[in-house]
Amino acid sequence: MNKNAMEDDIFGPVGETILDANQITINMGPQHPSTHGVLRVVLKIDGERVIDADCVIGYLHRGTEKIVENRTYVGAVPYFDRTDYIAAVSNNLGYVECVEKMLGVEMPPRAQYIRTMMTEFQRIASHLLWLATHALDIGAMTVFLYAFREREEILKLMEALFGARLTIHAFRIGGLQLDLPLGFLDACRKFSDGFDAHVDEYEGLLTNNRIWLERTKNVGVISGPDAINLGLTGPALRGSGVNYDIRRARPYAAYADFDFDIPLGEKGDTYDRYLVRVEEMRQSNRIIQQCISRMPPGPIRGKSPRVIKPPVGEYYHSVEAPKGELGYYIVSEGKTSPYRCRIRPPSFVNLQALRTLVKGHLVADVVALIGTLDIVLGEIDR
Amino acid sequence: MEILIKFVVVPLVKIAVIVGILSGGIAYLTLLERKLIARMQHRLGPMRVGWHGLLQPIADGLKFIIKEDVIPLKADKVLFSIAPAISLIPAFVVFAVIPFGPPDSMWGTGGYVTDVNIALLFVLAVSSVGVLGIILGGWASNSKYPLLGALRSSAQMVSYEVAMGFGIIGVLLLANTLSLVEVVEKQKQMGVWFFFVQPISFLIYYICGMAETNRLPFDLPEAESELVGGFHTEYSGFRFSLFFIAEYANMITVSSLAVTLFFGGWLRPFPNVSSLAFLDLIPAPLWFVTKVFIFLYIFIWIRGTLPRFRFDQLMNIGWKVLLPVAMANVMITGAVLLRFI
Repeated sequence: MNKNAMEDDIFGPVGETILDANQITINMGPQHPSTHGVLRVVLKIDGERVIDADCVIGYLHRGTEKIVENRTYVGAVPYFDRTDYIAAVSNNLGYVECVEKMLGVEMPPRAQYIRTMMTEFQRIASHLLWLATHALDIGAMTVFLYAFREREEILKLMEALFGARLTIHAFRIGGLQLDLPLGFLDACRKFSDGFDAHVDEYEGLLTNNRIWLERTKNVGVISGPDAINLGLTGPALRGSGVNYDIRRARPYAAYADFDFDIPLGEKGDTYDRYLVRVEEMRQSNRIIQQCISRMPPGPIRGKSPRVIKPPVGEYYHSVEAPKGELGYYIVSEGKTSPYRCRIRPPSFVNLQALRTLVKGHLVADVVALIGTLDIVLGEIDR
Repeated sequence: MEILIKFVVVPLVKIAVIVGILSGGIAYLTLLERKLIARMQHRLGPMRVGWHGLLQPIADGLKFIIKEDVIPLKADKVLFSIAPAISLIPAFVVFAVIPFGPPDSMWGTGGYVTDVNIALLFVLAVSSVGVLGIILGGWASNSKYPLLGALRSSAQMVSYEVAMGFGIIGVLLLANTLSLVEVVEKQKQMGVWFFFVQPISFLIYYICGMAETNRLPFDLPEAESELVGGFHTEYSGFRFSLFFIAEYANMITVSSLAVTLFFGGWLRPFPNVSSLAFLDLIPAPLWFVTKVFIFLYIFIWIRGTLPRFRFDQLMNIGWKVLLPVAMANVMITGAVLLRFI
């Protein structure tokens, strides 16, 4: 086999650069501590400078979309826990709301509030994991453990309500399986009251740290229009100063009832995206506090049919997952299982910005940039 | 017979003691690091092997010895095998000239293995040989990540050694000698630790020392999250542990040298204040070890706090900040000495 076959494939003919001995191709991943799963990035580097990069994905492909075609609408829910396994609740919310939209079922306010609150908890947990790994990639190991300490508390809350920690199967079509357990809101309040101080703690270690500033400022700058053209959503888009948050733009669940700010970056570099996510954690906490204090009484299930057979048609519903716009496009033929279910995963779309971002940066920046896009391979490969 | 005892037996005994203490110290330094960082991060650290993990270093050592020794097929076998040794031996050799006690201690044989008049040059020269082990290890692995690590380390070591040399000159101008024993004696004579006369010199030395030992925030040759393990990616088992031991031995070297040059070596605080003479009840080597531990603690503390520099930033700091400052420091010190002394 031609030993340059792979380089040929990915970067076109080798001929033009074959005399330049400085260029080497290195394979970052699929087993690499900083590619956050099984992402493989083929880097073409000159010394330490990245000339080109190509992402190879698919190592975690499980065919979720195809499996779902052979499951009932209800039986499909747990499969979506496993796409973005860091934010199972948000995935559930997107799918469940999409099916409810198809059926035309209205949710009682209590169910909406609980869903909103738990989704925001999940957003905090997801951002904490992002912060932890992003900081660890850049070498700050203490932030990693601080963030995991708080994430653990959230996972305990999840366990108390849903019975599991990671792949939760949080929501049911038509409502919730169970109401809040006794003392749950107090536990939430306790966490929520102390959380802002913990965010200050992370910020104390990073935000004004000289090394952190040097490693993140002006690294991976992307302007607002470019970000839109690349299809970025979520904090990666808002870091570039584009004010687009689905919670505001097309409110779902109970988001219309709450006050919260949408933090925006200015320059669109790694540091701005860091600030945006950290501020988002504070805002999520604000929403949680409003949820707790205004939690309405009442039923937790809407009037959904016993056998779910949505009317014929095509439906799209998207939610603001921690990583960006998470959309579900479902085609129904009026049967008990969908004809087609397409997931629009934010990580997958955001990842395509990587090649643009890393060009001209150093190898060390590649891991920072993979981190700043906040990808989860389960969602990219589905 | 007397010559035999003086030049063979006594040094051999001292070497055995120092190597023994050093090896044990390194083993427990790893435990200390894990425990301290665990405290900083709200966790417990090793708890299972022995009381509060006290036997953990021994278990780790055993594990390294028992593990399979993998030499990659395409590696340069000879260089690959000797590189860890090249890295380790200089780290230990340096301690031959570092004084742990005054010349009249240890029954008149001196609290050091040997006192040579070029001790400081010896330390600098020998410790730069250790870098060779890292470069060879990365090169001989015949693999891309280790090669990048080796390239980084060669550039890093060369640039920081220059700044470190200039940093130390400030002290040499004051001490007028290269012998480490005399440097300490001079501090006793002047009644002040050189740190208080040459703080900038110390800061430059310590920062460079951190870079020389590949510790965070300068651990780019290893850079676990970027280069997977840098120069030692392909190493396993005992060969890896030699690199590991060398890193910790170098930490101790840098700390010992910092103590000797800037913090009065074996001297107690305020060596000339007679009202504090009761402090002499604590033996000189203990003062030395205590001070060394303070610097080791700072090493560990910094690792728990700071992120990692990027390669170009590292170079910028070395050449554009540390070196000019060190040179200016040398010139100012020289001018002041010329004018006033």
